[in-house]
Amino acid sequence: MPTARSSREDAPSKIGLASLLKTLWGKQYDDERDARFINDRVHANIQKDGTFSVVPRIYGGVTTPAELKRIAEVAERHQVPMVKITGGQRIDLLGISKERLPEVWRDLGMPSGHAYTKAFRTCKTCVGTDFCRYGVGDSTALGIAIEKRFQGIESPHKMKLAAAGCPRNCSEATTKDLGAVAIEGGKWEVYIGGAAGSRVRKGDVLCVVDSHEDVLKHMGRFMQYYREHAKYLERTYDFVERVGIEKLRSVLIEDEEGIAARLDAEIQAAVDAYVDPWSREGAQPVHPAQFVREMKAEEPRLVPLRLVAGDRR
Amino acid sequence: MSGPNRLTGSSGPSTEACKLGPVDRVPPGEGKAFEIGGRRVAVFRTRGGELYATQAVCPHKGGPLADGVVGGGTVICPLHAYKYDLKSGQPLGNGCPALQTYRVELGAEGEMLLFTEPA
Repeated sequence: MPTARSSREDAPSKIGLASLLKTLWGKQYDDERDARFINDRVHANIQKDGTFSVVPRIYGGVTTPAELKRIAEVAERHQVPMVKITGGQRIDLLGISKERLPEVWRDLGMPSGHAYTKAFRTCKTCVGTDFCRYGVGDSTALGIAIEKRFQGIESPHKMKLAAAGCPRNCSEATTKDLGAVAIEGGKWEVYIGGAAGSRVRKGDVLCVVDSHEDVLKHMGRFMQYYREHAKYLERTYDFVERVGIEKLRSVLIEDEEGIAARLDAEIQAAVDAYVDPWSREGAQPVHPAQFVREMKAEEPRLVPLRLVAGDRR
Repeated sequence: MSGPNRLTGSSGPSTEACKLGPVDRVPPGEGKAFEIGGRRVAVFRTRGGELYATQAVCPHKGGPLADGVVGGGTVICPLHAYKYDLKSGQPLGNGCPALQTYRVELGAEGEMLLFTEPA
């Protein structure tokens, strides 16, 4: 963002404007780190005591004994004060100091779970068809595919997803920003605009499709439309109500504005541009002070006034 | 404050300050916390090149102000978005006491000098 001398910098607008420009301009956006909230400068979620939480990516909430052992070892080695299972089926390591973040990421050897930013967060899944007696759709495979595709996609507000293997809805997909629910006949209902936070709202069915690929396609198309049209910090459940499900179906399913192919291409470009920030900046900080919590100054001493260049304020 | 100069041994006008190092220790548009003789100070470097220094901790709930968003001569605390004027330390739209501010200047050698006497 070029700084115009005549314009007035407005601190509360910086983050929202940066978010919008990044979505619209993609790779042409010149990243300015100071236009990010602290969470997005250090890729972790600030806590009340100024420490951070670390949530590694666990695709679809499906892990392995080896991964669990490694997480446990990291938690012990770094004396993590709290290890918490989150509502999104993840493991949260709480109370990590800023300086320790790169080391914790390296020791984990897992990608960022993006539990700190306005972006795709998680895709919760139920057991699906592998083990569940009732599952009619492979919700774990779909959830993992959703998460691998959309990890790190930034948006006006966070997006929490779920995939359910049958209408019993154990992963609560109908009250997620985007959800997929398997129904009889090998089909999936794609829900948008659900919520189970400060507001509770059942999502609207955007479409019913018959393959994982089509779930991914329509979820991506909605995400891109939401990225382009929602107000900053407007959750999907407010956005879907404001625009209306009928309008969304006409634009995203019937393609009445002829923009569906462009939306698909734009979200694909965002998917292709994804880089795990933990592996990139854990190895090479963007600034030497990025993960420094506090710098040391020399002890106060008398300095001759002539060394002072002048009042900069 | 005047007195003999401990750096050069010569006399002449001098003042008590501490060196915080080159200005680029603080990324442009951001703040950084410094520990200065047991005191914690947040130093801010605006996109326009101005330097400000305040107490490091938000009076509301102890948030780290150096991790806040800076712009238009203000800082927004990262914990609950309480806002303060960087020059005066005055709260903006909240009932917290004003922040302690400090004089911070760019020295002739291009390094930040913080004056520990309250501004």
